[in-house]
Amino acid sequence: MNGSTASHGDMTPMQRLLTSLGHQEPDRVPLFLLPVMQGARELGLSIADYFARPERVAEGQLRLRARYRHDCLYTFYYAALETEAWGGTVLYRDDGPPNAGVPVIRRPEDIDQLTAPRVEDSPALLRVLETTRLLAAEAGGEVPIVGVVMSPFSLPVIQMGFGPYLALMHEQPERFERLMRLNEEFCVAWGNAQVAAGANAICYFDPVSSSTIVPRERFLATGFEIARRTLARLQAPAAMHFASGRALKIVDLLPDTGAVAIGVSHHDDLGALKQVCRGRLSLLGNLNGISMRHWTPEQAEAEVKAAIAAAGRGGGFVLGDNHGEIPWQVPDEVLAAVSDAVERWGRYPLDWCRRD
Amino acid sequence: MSPGSDGLLAALLALDRLQARTLLRDVRARSAPLDVIERLVRPALEEIGRRWEAGDCALSQVYMSGRICEELVEELLSETRQDSEPADADPGPQAQAPRLAIAVLEDHHLLGKQIVRTVLRAAGHQVMDYGRQDVDGLVARVREDRIEILLVSTLMLPAALRVRLLTERLCALSPRPRVIVGGAPYRFDDGLWREVGADAVGLSAGEVLPILGRLLEAGS
Repeated sequence: MNGSTASHGDMTPMQRLLTSLGHQEPDRVPLFLLPVMQGARELGLSIADYFARPERVAEGQLRLRARYRHDCLYTFYYAALETEAWGGTVLYRDDGPPNAGVPVIRRPEDIDQLTAPRVEDSPALLRVLETTRLLAAEAGGEVPIVGVVMSPFSLPVIQMGFGPYLALMHEQPERFERLMRLNEEFCVAWGNAQVAAGANAICYFDPVSSSTIVPRERFLATGFEIARRTLARLQAPAAMHFASGRALKIVDLLPDTGAVAIGVSHHDDLGALKQVCRGRLSLLGNLNGISMRHWTPEQAEAEVKAAIAAAGRGGGFVLGDNHGEIPWQVPDEVLAAVSDAVERWGRYPLDWCRRD
Repeated sequence: MSPGSDGLLAALLALDRLQARTLLRDVRARSAPLDVIERLVRPALEEIGRRWEAGDCALSQVYMSGRICEELVEELLSETRQDSEPADADPGPQAQAPRLAIAVLEDHHLLGKQIVRTVLRAAGHQVMDYGRQDVDGLVARVREDRIEILLVSTLMLPAALRVRLLTERLCALSPRPRVIVGGAPYRFDDGLWREVGADAVGLSAGEVLPILGRLLEAGS
């Protein structure tokens, strides 16, 4: 199954995305639907069995793209994957993403002896790289392949638990700084390994940098500088994704991180974000994946229209969910309705927005 | 908010532990410890919760200010215990208080639970902390401890949906424990708490005290 399905007269997904990221209007609004676990359903496998073999995840992504006609292939497995490389465990379940087991950093003192793992030593990371290579061979450069890293600033939530990490950040600046440096080295190596395997862009998940988690001043002193250092060393464009966290209060700072796009929350005002970001930073979002579980096709259409009306004009906008992963419980019919609505209402020049 | 709690609020948002302690000690010099909690600590924590819900402060401030308050309140209450003869010791609001417990369902991310537990303890409540639990373990603990109000924190949607099974199982107990849920999935789906059979939802830690008040009033 080929990953490229551009019809006559249409842009390829890659052209569509690059045009939009260049703040120009492509043929239609790009759609990054980002189904992940749904690939297991496509293949009739359990979630654990699906993620056990890289060729299954590649096949799942290709089938999902054929079904929903979205504009990228996504090599994300699950958020806890990177902690496997650091010696952590993963707990699978049948109805959602695998969860991280007990934190690998039990006490702040553990950081003193911690060393960053090597990508080539981690079977979990190697599976993702193989999925990336398989998808790159299928995509032929026409469909963007999006790899994923957890930001050095956000990874400790899984490495050591949220509460202990916040205490470390506020009360032990030297250990915090040491952990950030270790995580940065790992993040850069991991991101660039994905680029070498064929990823065209990296999604840099950084929910802790969002204003939901830390205030602007703390972000400026921590997550901002870490993102700037890390993104500068990645060998592909990066989107900074806040995984449902709010970003409006820091959005003026974000172009200086080096990110080309940001993944934004349903709790943020998409129109207000667009005003600040127009011509400087592209937006990805911000459909509510949790409430999507209940949507009718009509609601899906209304939500898609509202997002496009708020942020679509002038390009610089990619429609997607606000978390970076569609919940397992979202019905296929809703995803199909989202895709249909983008096809119907996302065609530029979006004259209907002006009429409305 | 009183001027005193305004000052405490500012100190907490700045994570200024020393200033917070000074403010509490100033009021403590002319008030009982439980008055200090009621007049200063509780309003400040509720306001921080409201601000987080409105997007006007960050979760790190909620968590760290809760830690500071829990530490300071423990100091106040330990003074009370030292000052009192054991037989006369003021048990505080717990004497007529409901039996409370809190747990995280099916997750190792404990932050939300810790914040709510801190708010409860800082407001003078005693609450049993069950840590991470699955449904079977949680039902057994609730039954054994005769819990009247159970607070359940979830991070992921599947765990939030599993609360449905929990509430069904708790219905078999008599009297039925009431369940307050909280966590990210409930913030993105207004009707989810009803769908899973909870009695209330707390979208921020600051809401938990008024919710407790309402549940107790309704149950009395």
